[in-house]
Amino acid sequence: MSALSALQSDQKVVFHARDLRKVYDMGEVQVHALRGIDLDLFAGELVVMLGASGSGKSTLLNILGGLDRATAGHVEYLGKDLTTADDRSLTEYRRHHVGFVFQFYNLIPSLTALENVSIVTEIANNPMRPQEALALVGLADRMDHFPSQLSGGQQQRVAIARAIAKRPQVLLCDEPTGALDSATGIVVLEALDRVNRELGTTTAVITHNADIAQMAHRVIHLSDGHISEVHVNDQRKRPEELSW
Amino acid sequence: MISSLTLKMLRDLWGMKGQAFAIAMVLAGGVATFVMSRSVFESLTLTQTTFYRDYQFADAFVSLKRAPESMRTRLAEIPGVQTVETRVMAQASVQVLGYEQPVTAIIVSQPDHGQPILNQLHVKAGELASPAAGNEIVISEAFASAHGLKPGDSLLATINGRQRRLRIVGVAITPEFIYQLQPGAIIPDFKAFGVFWMARTPLAAAYDMEGAFNNAVFRLDAAAKEPDVVKAIDLLLARYGSVGAHGRYYQTSHRYLTEEFKGLNQMAIMFPVIFLSVAAFLLNVVVSRLIATQREQVAILKAFGYTTGAIVWHYVSLILMITALGAAMGIAAGASLGSAMSSVYMDYYRFPYMLFHVSPSIALTASAICSVAAVSGVFYSVYAAARLPPAEAMQPAPPARYHVSFAERMGLGRLLSQPSRMIIRNLERRPVKSMLSVIGVAFACAVLVTGQFFGDSADYLVDLQFRVSQRDDMTITFIEPASRAAMHSVLAMRGVNYVEPFRNVPADFRFEHRHFRTSIQGLTPNGNMHRLLTRSIKQVDTPPDGILLTDHLAGMLGIGVGDLLTVEVLEGSRPVRQVPVVGVVNEWIGVYGYMQLPALNRMMREGSAITGVYLTADSDAQSQIFRDLKEIPRVAGSTLRLQALRNFYDTMAQQMLFFAFFNTILAGSIAFGVIYNSARIALSERSRELASLRVLGYTRGEISFILLGELAVLTLAGIPLGFVIGRSLGALMLMGFQTELYRFPLIIQHSTYAFAATVVLVSALLSGWIVRRKLDHLDLVAVLKTKE
Ligand SMILES: Nc1ncnc2c1ncn2[C@@H]1O[C@H](COP(=O)(O)OP(=O)(O)O)[C@@H](O)[C@H]1O
Ligand SMILES: [Mg+2]
Repeated sequence: MSALSALQSDQKVVFHARDLRKVYDMGEVQVHALRGIDLDLFAGELVVMLGASGSGKSTLLNILGGLDRATAGHVEYLGKDLTTADDRSLTEYRRHHVGFVFQFYNLIPSLTALENVSIVTEIANNPMRPQEALALVGLADRMDHFPSQLSGGQQQRVAIARAIAKRPQVLLCDEPTGALDSATGIVVLEALDRVNRELGTTTAVITHNADIAQMAHRVIHLSDGHISEVHVNDQRKRPEELSW
Repeated sequence: MISSLTLKMLRDLWGMKGQAFAIAMVLAGGVATFVMSRSVFESLTLTQTTFYRDYQFADAFVSLKRAPESMRTRLAEIPGVQTVETRVMAQASVQVLGYEQPVTAIIVSQPDHGQPILNQLHVKAGELASPAAGNEIVISEAFASAHGLKPGDSLLATINGRQRRLRIVGVAITPEFIYQLQPGAIIPDFKAFGVFWMARTPLAAAYDMEGAFNNAVFRLDAAAKEPDVVKAIDLLLARYGSVGAHGRYYQTSHRYLTEEFKGLNQMAIMFPVIFLSVAAFLLNVVVSRLIATQREQVAILKAFGYTTGAIVWHYVSLILMITALGAAMGIAAGASLGSAMSSVYMDYYRFPYMLFHVSPSIALTASAICSVAAVSGVFYSVYAAARLPPAEAMQPAPPARYHVSFAERMGLGRLLSQPSRMIIRNLERRPVKSMLSVIGVAFACAVLVTGQFFGDSADYLVDLQFRVSQRDDMTITFIEPASRAAMHSVLAMRGVNYVEPFRNVPADFRFEHRHFRTSIQGLTPNGNMHRLLTRSIKQVDTPPDGILLTDHLAGMLGIGVGDLLTVEVLEGSRPVRQVPVVGVVNEWIGVYGYMQLPALNRMMREGSAITGVYLTADSDAQSQIFRDLKEIPRVAGSTLRLQALRNFYDTMAQQMLFFAFFNTILAGSIAFGVIYNSARIALSERSRELASLRVLGYTRGEISFILLGELAVLTLAGIPLGFVIGRSLGALMLMGFQTELYRFPLIIQHSTYAFAATVVLVSALLSGWIVRRKLDHLDLVAVLKTKE
């Protein structure tokens, strides 16, 4: 019995997507970013999404996170339909349930590390203390630095602290290491792994780096808007064991 | 505990302090104009009203030849009359030591003891005249300061043919003579004309008015109907040579004050309306562009689960902080400029006090207008950013679609360097944004033109009135209509080269239900001294029959060529006649009817009477002529054309120019604020792109050229458009700016355009210089570190 089936049998479904499609209408051309995705994500699992650039990874993640809407098909979060949700409920959803980590950190330049976390905890229901979240990612001593005074890896860890501080059910990370060197990237991945383990947060990490996939419970391959392969890691690697 | 979002707002505000200040400046310019103009106007009106009330300005007035004092009780019995005060008013010719030109004065009686009941005196120096010495007078302040006279001085006056020495005991002002105009004149000359007060007994003795009066003033009941009372007064006094009672409307000082305030009010509406709308428009553009640069941060906040409302409020509060700063600056500046301006007006009108106040509603209105403009700019752009799904907004704005520019397609491409091509493509890529920038510069330029062009109009008007239309060197007026012999005695004087007689008949012009009091000027056929002109400055001669009207008067009466004008003469036997209107003439100062002198004499059924003469004289003969004139007893006064011209500048024009000057300063602040903002926003929109170019090896000079070149193109395109808009705004301003006193033609000199362009260019250069310094310190690493 594989680790996955063990997980699936006793864990509930967090995301449930069927025939998810996304078309970007660019006037003269239509870009089919997602061409029918069927996908279930389970509570507490760490999924890595792999795929070439342009394969639809970000699009899928954004739809799961309520940042964008599918053109067709439907997706449920804990039984609630995200495809038909109005703007207000999507905002609610993002505010209380989802943590985002973006490739380019997207910190607010005029706020310190601590304040960048506070801006999210202030509107959450049961958040950690911002200091706690920063300590989790190993940045307790950089709380009063502005983004411009932090390295790329440190900025990304602030972004992770910001994403987890509200204790979200799901953590969605779009190429969190994409802009980082491998040593720094590993520190960031350790932070994600730790959150997944210690808080049980369902985590989806996008990458186009196959090595990173080895730390996932499951690896989902996307190509050209389809899921081409789902692969279960029997032996997960710890982030510090990775290298690229 | 201050929320992080508030903290962000404050930090962002601090981060953009230079720009925030420039935005605040635009706003302050608009608000200040509004506050200044409205508060000055309101304060002037309030002061006038208060002065009228405190010093018992009369409600009705009548002048007559002579009536026995016993008529006083009859007048008091007229229903609606609350108080009557009879007076003696005497004309005098005056000699002031050291001033060679003829001076005339009106001497008004005051009660022997104490203040009059109506039209009381505000004594500025000295005291009221007492009857005992028989020669004590109080003189008007304007006259006193024009000649440097003070209590204790004396002057010679000829009253009723007898010269006497009058001793000045006081200097005063009254609501009756705020505006002091020689009868018949339209421009005040404080040196040539004065108002004196003397105790009733000695004045009556000197003027043969013992037991009689020739002037009365009335206080009416609040409920009284003025026309009825006027009619009743006329009925009683007709046989005593009354020229017709009238209410305040036709009281000279009040009427001129009213007209002048009307003009000021127009300016106090038009300037702020134009400036504030321009400021509001520019603010809207600037703010929406500013917020547009925050698109990514809007998306992040949305991604975190902040509601659109919270995000909108975040930026609204940011802008409101700036607006508050601008409004505060504007209110402060407007109040202090307004107060400075008011004290100038106080001096000019010689009000005893100036009740300057800035009413909260003025300040609130101005601030509210600007806030709405700014906030709507926020709404628009925050919504534009928040409407996008956050996923999309967080992407760097997709690479804009560039085209090979029109200029390049025209084959000019090879002539252009790569940076020049970037400038042109960038301008063409965002035609709306480029257009808005051009419009911004254009409006900045336009407000400068509107602030400045009044001087040009005044110069043109003066040139037309005092050089093209009026050709005499001097105008001499007789006390009463005289025969042609008077003209010959003037011509006989040494130094006089040429004379031309004229007749001036005060009259009430009526057409349908409208009427207006002014006078008919009878001019010599084919005369040369007073040329009537059409709008296209062609000379028109007075016709043998019928009357010509000033175009503005024809408009007021709603009368046209071919209509019959009813003329009620206000002198002599007061005949009423019908005269056909045969044409209109264009005049910028005053409103009159013009007839040929013989035709006017015929209408009056009089011989060849004249009221005065225009003359030309040798330039060195002036003093001689003044001396000789004093020997001619019937001369009431004389005006020098060049003196009148100077007086025009010193009085009427000055008020307008002064007002315009203050507004020009504010226009300058608007212009600078707008241009600086455009430059700063362009910098923040493009700094990443420019830094990337630096990384690729472009020099500072080259990237500066790309950005500043674009600004230069936009600025240069904005200036001519600004001229066009400025001219239209000028026309708009003048539309409401037509009074009986004067109208301003829309004349804009090259120098005004040049001034506006210079201010715009200097603002652009200064902004360019600041932007250039920022470009030199562009953080290249930051570009590499973050996205795009
Ligand atoms: N906002 C958008 N407008 C138009 N096309 C888009 C947009 N976002 C993504 N795409 C297109 O959709 C496809 C999938 O994009 P994306 O999900 O970002 O891929 P990935 O993240 O796997 O690189 C690509 O072809 C991309 O060009
Ligand atoms: Mg992607």
